[in-house]
Amino acid sequence: MPLSETIGIWLGAALTLCIFSFLYRDNPFYKFAEHLFVGISAGYWATLEWHNVFLPNLWEPLTREGRLLLLVPFAFGILLFSRFTRRFSWLSRWSMALIIGIYAGIAIVGYGSGDLILQIRANLLPLWTDSWLTSFNNILLTVGVITGLIYFFFSKEHKGALGGTAKVGIWFLMISFGASFGYTVMSRMSLLIGRVLFLLKDWLRLVD
Amino acid sequence: MRRILERLEALDRRIIFVFIFLSIALPLLLPVNMEFSVTPPVKSFYDAIESLPPGSKVLVSCDYDPGSMPELFPMNVAAFYQLLSRDLRVITIQLWATGTLLTERAMSEVLEDLPDKEYGVDWVDLGFKEGREVVMVSMGTSIPKTFPSDLHGTKVKDIPIMEGVNTFDDVAMLVNISGGLPGTKEWVLQVQSRYHVMLGSGCTAVSAPEFYPYVQSGQLVGLLGGMKGAAEYEKLVRRPGTAQRGMDAQSVSHIIVFLFILIGNIAYFSTKGMKKRLKV
Repeated sequence: MPLSETIGIWLGAALTLCIFSFLYRDNPFYKFAEHLFVGISAGYWATLEWHNVFLPNLWEPLTREGRLLLLVPFAFGILLFSRFTRRFSWLSRWSMALIIGIYAGIAIVGYGSGDLILQIRANLLPLWTDSWLTSFNNILLTVGVITGLIYFFFSKEHKGALGGTAKVGIWFLMISFGASFGYTVMSRMSLLIGRVLFLLKDWLRLVD
Repeated sequence: MRRILERLEALDRRIIFVFIFLSIALPLLLPVNMEFSVTPPVKSFYDAIESLPPGSKVLVSCDYDPGSMPELFPMNVAAFYQLLSRDLRVITIQLWATGTLLTERAMSEVLEDLPDKEYGVDWVDLGFKEGREVVMVSMGTSIPKTFPSDLHGTKVKDIPIMEGVNTFDDVAMLVNISGGLPGTKEWVLQVQSRYHVMLGSGCTAVSAPEFYPYVQSGQLVGLLGGMKGAAEYEKLVRRPGTAQRGMDAQSVSHIIVFLFILIGNIAYFSTKGMKKRLKV
């Protein structure tokens, strides 16, 4: 194994242990690793944005190909920095308006066609089919959707039949939160497995 | 009895950490290779790729970072392996800057098993592009204009695999390895719903419950959820990796978490009952 890789593994292992030490209590080793991570991340992102965004998207087309129209987005970009001064901070609103407008436009079309319409269509299911299991699933899904929606209907007090239906909706919501929590536990365990496997395999070489 | 229950209720969290660590380290050191089954969303992801005719072009967007590597890297490797071993052409992009190095690493692992695959002919890496959803929408108009050159600066018109690739209509399938935003949700909303391209996703377990409705509605052809999904997929492509290896640890750690939740609740409700009785 090359020396650079060995040093990398030892550094990785040491920093992993520094971070894990927080599980016992806050300490200078954890703080060191945390600050190192923040500093390196900031430097990495700044360099990356410079080389991947600023140079290929603006500087090179502007200086090599003479695409002067790019001065317009460049000017809007510069205006964002006016937020650092109280007197001229209002200028940044023009750039922000442009960014928000574009993203809102893109998002509305996406959510409208991809989430709203297609998800409503996917919920219009036959309640009686040839397979009893499919019928059961479809009925369960439909009841869950309707009662869940009723729970979020706040224009009338949740009393009587409406209150009872809303309560069923809460049960469906709780079960979905439980499923999400289970998946979150699974995800966090996976991350820990990744780190422990790195320590046992790459660093200590206790497993193949 | 009361004292034991009260102690359990106020159990030091560090004791729980030790148990969790052991529940993960011991199965990794002494694997028993517990059996697990393949779930329908994973099978349909695998089948969707199997159904593509050889030579078809598949766009793989690797949008994740080292933080989600234990879950997503194994499925990334397995996906590249299935695609290339089936003689499909792989075009990779990244909407996360950190995905570039991980894509390279995943591909280099696969190329050790498939050394005859040639860069530019069988696969190409178009690299990272900033702009999130804007990049997706722009690709719908023109892929070569959105990615004018590959990762190494070669113009796409000089890359054989990119011949005839202009929009999403020219790719047979889109695979997204998703660590967050932008990721599968954005690919579904901005690309699948507009251009009706076949889309398969591999995502972190945290995101999986949010994406299952897209499988049910047919917007996703298949879904690999977290390390478990990756392990099932590794089993299908017959290339064991780190996800399959982590399954023992995952199962044991879940049992430990379940036991602690159970013990905590028993202790809580029992002491609550005792306190009530004492008050009376």
